[in-house]
Order: sequence, then structure tokens, then C-alpha cells
Amino acid sequence: MTKVSMTVNGKTVSGEVEGRTLLVNFLRDDLQLTGTHVGCDTSQCGACVVHVNGEAVKACTMFAAEADGAEVATIEGQANNDGSLNVIQQAFQDYHGLQCGFCTPGMVMSAAALLKENPKPSEAEVRDYLEGNICRCTGYHNIVRAIMAASGQDVPAVAAE
Amino acid sequence: MPKDHGIGASTKRREDLRFLTGVGNYTDDINIHGQAHVYFLRSDVAHATINGIDTGAAETMPGVVRIFTGKDFEGVGGLPCGWQVTDKHGQPMKEPAHPVIAQGKIRHVGEIVAAVVADSLEMARDAAEAIELDLAELPAVVDMKDAVQSGATKVHDDLDDNLCYDWGFVEENKAATDKAFEEAAHVTTLELVNNRLVANPMEPRVAVGDYSKANDESTLYTTSQNPHVIRLLMGAFVLGIPEHKLRVVAPDVGGGFGTKIFHYAEEAFCTFAARQLRRAVKWTSSRSEAFISDAHGRDHVTKIELALDKDNNFTAVRTETYANMGAYLSTFAPSVPTWLHGTLMAGNYKTPLVYVNVKAVFTNTVPVDAYRGAGRPEATFQLERVIDKAARELGVDPIKLRRQNFITTFPYATPVAVEYDTGDYNATMDKMEELMDLSGFEARRKASEAKGKLRGLGVNCFIEACGIAPSNLVGQLGARAGLYESATVRVNATGSISVMTGSHSHGQGHETAFPQVIAEMLGIPEDQIDIVHGDTANTPMGMGTYGSRSIAVGGSAMVRATEKIINKAKKIASHLLEASEGDIELKDGAFTVAGTDKSVAWGDVTLAAYVPHNYPLEDLEPGLEETAFYDPSNFTYPAGAYACEVELDPETGHVRIEKFVSADDFGNVINPMIVEGQVHGGIAQGIGQALLENCSYDENGQLLSASYMDYAMPRADVIPNLDSYIVDHSCQTPCTHNPLGVKGCGEAGAIGSPPTVINAIVDALQSGGHKVDHIDMPATPGRVWQAMQG
Ligand code: FES
Ligand code: FES
Repeated sequence: MTKVSMTVNGKTVSGEVEGRTLLVNFLRDDLQLTGTHVGCDTSQCGACVVHVNGEAVKACTMFAAEADGAEVATIEGQANNDGSLNVIQQAFQDYHGLQCGFCTPGMVMSAAALLKENPKPSEAEVRDYLEGNICRCTGYHNIVRAIMAASGQDVPAVAAE
Repeated sequence: MPKDHGIGASTKRREDLRFLTGVGNYTDDINIHGQAHVYFLRSDVAHATINGIDTGAAETMPGVVRIFTGKDFEGVGGLPCGWQVTDKHGQPMKEPAHPVIAQGKIRHVGEIVAAVVADSLEMARDAAEAIELDLAELPAVVDMKDAVQSGATKVHDDLDDNLCYDWGFVEENKAATDKAFEEAAHVTTLELVNNRLVANPMEPRVAVGDYSKANDESTLYTTSQNPHVIRLLMGAFVLGIPEHKLRVVAPDVGGGFGTKIFHYAEEAFCTFAARQLRRAVKWTSSRSEAFISDAHGRDHVTKIELALDKDNNFTAVRTETYANMGAYLSTFAPSVPTWLHGTLMAGNYKTPLVYVNVKAVFTNTVPVDAYRGAGRPEATFQLERVIDKAARELGVDPIKLRRQNFITTFPYATPVAVEYDTGDYNATMDKMEELMDLSGFEARRKASEAKGKLRGLGVNCFIEACGIAPSNLVGQLGARAGLYESATVRVNATGSISVMTGSHSHGQGHETAFPQVIAEMLGIPEDQIDIVHGDTANTPMGMGTYGSRSIAVGGSAMVRATEKIINKAKKIASHLLEASEGDIELKDGAFTVAGTDKSVAWGDVTLAAYVPHNYPLEDLEPGLEETAFYDPSNFTYPAGAYACEVELDPETGHVRIEKFVSADDFGNVINPMIVEGQVHGGIAQGIGQALLENCSYDENGQLLSASYMDYAMPRADVIPNLDSYIVDHSCQTPCTHNPLGVKGCGEAGAIGSPPTVINAIVDALQSGGHKVDHIDMPATPGRVWQAMQG
């Protein structure tokens, strides 16, 4: 067992982990931050995306010990200080960018990383960036809309009757 | 003006708040104090005799609590099949035993051979590696046509052969259908495959079994679409636990698409082991495990024939389908290729004669069961592909040929035993044509050709049977359960409402859409209404969510319970207002006396029900809580017309969907935003089936596409761009037999899109001079390229 400590959503945390403990398991099992999900075992699905030192990372591809000393951000830390949804989260709700919600934390974290890197992505850039995130429910259409809208670009309103 | 609340409003989903902030409660988020973990040792061979399992070394490994093998389950029931099919000779289907853990023999890769329970998952997995299996591998049978040859390897030794049933429908139509083919002016024949798929909800399955000695009660937390059915099947048939001592909870569930309807071995195991060990036992599937343990979908091999007269009227349809059951019968497997497929073979057309033959076959593969649409996508794909081929052979416009043969009068009794209550297939076709801008197609094709690409246009129609289903009808057809739904509407003293429903939400937004209905009925705000679902302990009996039955059946139960609430509340109001009951009206959340300005607010009536000081106690019980059971009198029949354009790169065979339009008729719509989302999701799965997804088995029964590295899931970049993608549901012919006039939308996209895409690809190839009549799904670049080579 190794001792690790890191900052997660602004709070310093520490724990004892096995060498093989993945970051995603440390977050979910030790810290009870169960918003980060596990959807696969081959690092393809993106349900586990978090930010480590400001970069989007699949938390299933990294050992907890590797994140020792890092700044980690998860879905639980994304809302505004007053508890309201942040711009990206709000756009996902407004544009119906989620159904079962299982892929959603990873999608929101990926979207945040994209918009940080590229504040006004084209539609093609959004689709391209989501290459590592699978959603089985929404068919992506509304996720793309939500991310475009969160970047301040014009998107047709949802469900125009 | 779009409505901003109630029925027809695109109310934003309240469940999103927890999902977007990471505080949803999925099954894997549940941990019980002191729980142990189970790792299932699964077979990596498809067919073998188990000569011995040596767990000696594994048992002494750190953290191991106990190791279970088939022997421990000898006295335990097998997994039951919930549907019986009778073959064309009147004989019942063959129903082999389906053990929780393999007994003596292994029949597919992924079958559970042993279960290691340990203090942690890692410890369990480590110990499983130390188990010594002595297996005598047997030849496997994978191909369905091989499996039914005489002398084929048998999947089940105690059965005569691998044929589960040979079903004919409608058997009385057979001779007349054959005759119509003899007399036809033209016959189009097509052989095709409906590829085997894995549903792949993003949340893998999880089961947590718990046991309370205090009251001898078992609890199972599970990723299920129908907790009550799991309780019934597992309690009564597998473990012999009385239903009142068994609680099944399906909390937030991360997608289902059918694959979470069924009762699985892992659920029974965790419940059983928790009782044995007096300790909670948890299992979380890995994705690779899901590929070999979740029921698969589709997997038909079919020959379909369409007969036409000299005026191009359809005179008969005849099909012969081989349907893969896999190694065992999953919960609803026998119903999928039969009643959910054969009864839809008339499609949207007034073809007078239809005959469907289905041979269900056991093979050494993972069991196959319902996947989004279940049977209807298979029927639609055959029919809409053969019609397209017929149009090409006859040199007629495929839209015109369809329109000419549309059913136009309703109700319409099909030759395959169902009666469509309403529909307007020309209206959806008109809508699709308008939105698709068909007149601009030739110009778009020229533009593609100028770039060296081929452009194809595919159209098709579909109908499906949703809102499954009248219990007495499905009972006659072999269902071993009723298919009603129930709801309890509990009005609290202060006027807020909890609605307990047997419908289960796993992404459909019930918590938002159901209150819209009740709020509309009562005239109170939606945020005063809460939906409770997914827990057998606090919801009335239910049958779960699949077959687009939530709003049509579950919603109707809620309407009926709410009507009872209104009736009783009116009685209370009439007492409070000292008026006759017949004069009381409920409007905008208040009860008024017709023709006067006397009124009493909703909240005052509900308070009186629970604080019955001024209350007609001699005539009326206190309280305001009602339950209703709703059993539909028919299926509902959503229908639609779909079209897409593809651009095909003749250099590589790569296909890109450039434009997609769906025009659906879902009857009345409760929440248009949610409905559109459901259609998007279905279309993406259909595009996945058409272009990417496939289960590939080798001849030894190894699943070659058993992870996301090998099974191609649709991603954001295969979906058409925002400005070339329209889903429309403005054509609405309300259902006539449920109180909401709703039809259901969940499966439409997955049914309507595969033939659309393949029709478009064939059109593109033909436009490039390639004489390709058909291409099997998934139309990967390799397959398309090969087809172009002739
Ligand atoms: S769980 Fe990390 S990518 Fe799937
Ligand atoms: S919302 Fe269910 S997987 Fe994306």
C-alpha cells in the first residue's frame, strides 16, 4: 500500500492505495465521489473523464499513485459556488444532452476541456473531440447542440413545435 | 405557441440536476456495510464437458470467503423462460434447463463456471486465477443453418436436435400465400441477415444481494428495467423465496435498451450467496464481461419474397427466418422472432396474404433476446428492403410503390392477427418528402459526383406495435406474465403528490413527463408532483419499461388513478361547498360550483381529507390515495417515414450519412423534447447497426468482437450534422384506445433507420453502375468495397 494525497475539487484528500488501484477507483471507492463512472475496461468510453492538473484524463487509464500531488477536478466540483449548474451543465439540461445520465459526467468534463482549449469550436471540431466519449442514449445530436450552445454559439431551440 | 407546462410542453428534465452534478444513485454506487465481492470465472471455450473443478488452492488465498460451483446450485432452480411458443405442429417449444452456474457442461463462451466470493474484487479475481478447470472441449456449433442439419453437434444432449421450435404464422394462410406466389405477375426475392448486436447500455450490469436475518428478507439491488418481474422470476422460480420476503430495487439505471429486462444468473447468484453467507455480495460487470453475459440482440438469417400483380399491387409476402436463441432461452427470447416479428410483417401495406416461418435455433453462443424494437426492426428491415428491390426491378419509384400499397382506412385488421387502430401513412410520407427536399436530390447527387463520390437516397416506412400489451392476448400467445401496469397516486395533506409507478425509468425522463400529465389533469404545478419508481417495496405491482409501454400503459394507469382521485376530491369539495357533487368542477387547481363564484382550493380539499373535521365521514373514508391497474385493449401502432442520403467514397467504400429525416406519428406527445431525444437515440443505434456494429463469432464459438476495441460503437462523428438532421412528429393520429391518445416513441428510430441507410447505400452503388442488389449490415467500408468489385 502506498500513501497518496491530492487536491480533489479544491480539497486536500489522502488515502492508502495498492499499486494497481486506478484513479477512478480511488475517487469512487475511497472518496465516495461516485459521479465519475466506469463504462468499460479498455479506455474507450470516456465515462470516467476527469481533469488532472487541468487536462482531461480518463481516470481508468491512470493509477491513483500517479496522481499523487495532483489537482483533480471531477463532476462533483463543476457547479457554480452557489450550487447552480455551470454554463456547460446548464446547456446539457437546456438542450436535452442527456438521458440515462451515465455518460454525462464524462461528457461534461470532456466538453469543459474542449472549450478551455477551443472556446468557439466548429461543429466538426466538437464531434471530433468527442471521439473518446460514447453515449448510447442521446445519439449525440443534443450533446453537440449543448456544447455549441455552451460556447455561446447560436443553436436552434430544442423541440420547436 | 408552444406550451410551457402540462401535456405537450418541452419541460426540462428534473432528473438532469442529479445526473449533471454527479449525485445520481446508480447500482454500482451502492455499497453495503461489510459487503463481499464476487468474481465470476467464465468459460473461455464455447462447448465443453466439465470433468472437474479444483478450487483447493484458490480457497486458501487471502480474503476468499467461499467459492461456489455448479454443485452448490444443484438444488436451486434454473433461470426460467417467460414465454412459451407452440410450433406449427402444435407442439411446445423445447425448453432446456438454464442453470445459474454451469452443471457438468459449458455451452457458450461467458457461461459462469465458478463464483469466487472474497473481501475485495481484486482478491476474488486473484483467487479465480488459481482455480483449475479440467475441461474436455467439444466441437461448437455456431452457424444456425449448420446447427439444424442432421448429425450436427447438439447444444443440449437431452434434446433431439438444436431446433427450439419451427413456427408457422398464419398457418391457415400458407396454402393461399403459396398460390398467390404461383399466380403473381412479379416476384422479388431477397436473402438477408439481420446482424447480431450487443445492446451496450453505458452502465454495465450490477447486482448487489443483501440479506436481513432480522426478518428473513432478501434485497437485490440491480440494474433492471423491471424490478417486479425480477422479483417474481427469481423469488418464485429460482430461489423459492416468497415475494413478500424479497425486495428488488433498480435505482438510477444507466440505459437498458432491452438488455436489462431479463432475469440473469448474476442476480440470482448474489441474492442466493448473500443468504448463504449472511453477508451482502456485490457484482459489477466489466464491459468485456458484458459482451459475453448480457443477452445479445437480432441475429436473423432470412429469405423474404414479395409477390405483386400486374399493376404492382402487393399480393403476398412470404418469409423464412432462422432466429438464433444462443445456448439457452433468455427471459423473453422465444417471443421476439415470433409474436414481435411475425405480427408486423404486414408493415404499412394492405398485402392480403402473409406467411411467416421462423426456425429458432440453439447454438453455442450467448443467449439472444429483445433489443430496442425487438422483432419489429427485423420485420421492417426485410419488408422495406424487399420493397426497394421490387421497385428497382420493376422500374417504379420506390415512394410511389409504397404509397400505392399503403393501408388507408382504419381500423385495419392485418392478415397477421393485429388490428391497427389509427394511422396516416401518406401524411408521414408527405412530411418526410417535404423535409427531405427530394426535388433537390439530383443536384446534390451531381455535386457529389463532381467530387468523385456517389450519392444515394434511401426511403422507407415502418410500423411497430408498442404499449405491450393486452394481457389476455399475450396469454394466448404464450406469455407467462400479464402486461398491465399499475400506479398509486398518493395525495399528501398539503396537496403535494407522490405517484408510485411500476414503470421504470432508465433514461426516458419519467420523473419529468409523468407529472406533466397529472399536473394537466389537476391544474396544479408540476413541481408539486413526485414520481417514485424502481423499488418493489414502495411501488405497486408493475411490469416494467420496454416496448414503449411507459406512457401508453404506465401513464394510462396513472390517468386512471388520478381520475379516481378527482372523483373522490369532488365529493369532498361538494361537502365543503355545500353543493351537489354533479355541479363541482375542477379547474386550474380549484373546485368550483358551476355557474357560481363559490370555490375551494385544491389544498383545502386535500387537507380536509386528512384532517377530517368538516368532512362527510358517514359517506366517505378519509384520505386521498388511489391505485389503478390498467390493462390495454390493444397494442399502439406508431408509424413513420424515414429517408436519408449517403455519400459513398468509391475509392474506399466508406459511407457517410449526409442527411437524415424522420417523420413519425406517435399519436399525442407529452414532452416533445424528450420524444425527439428518444428518436435521436434510436436512430443512432440504427445507424450503428447499419454501418458499424456486429458480433462476430469464429467457428469455435469465440466472440471476436468482445470489447469496445473490436465492436464498433457509433460515435458523435457518424451522426449527420445538426443542419441536415430533422426528426419530426407533427403527424399525429391519436391512439383511440388509451386515455392519453399516445402511441410510444422509444423504438421508432432503431426500427426505421437500418433499412433507410441500406436502401441509400444500394442506391448510391447502383448510381455508380454497380449491380448491387443488397448489402448486409454492417455496411463497413470493406464490405461496400468488396460489393463494388462484383
Ligand atoms: S471507463 Fe474509462 S474510458 Fe471507459
Ligand atoms: S445519456 Fe445514457 S449513455 Fe449518454
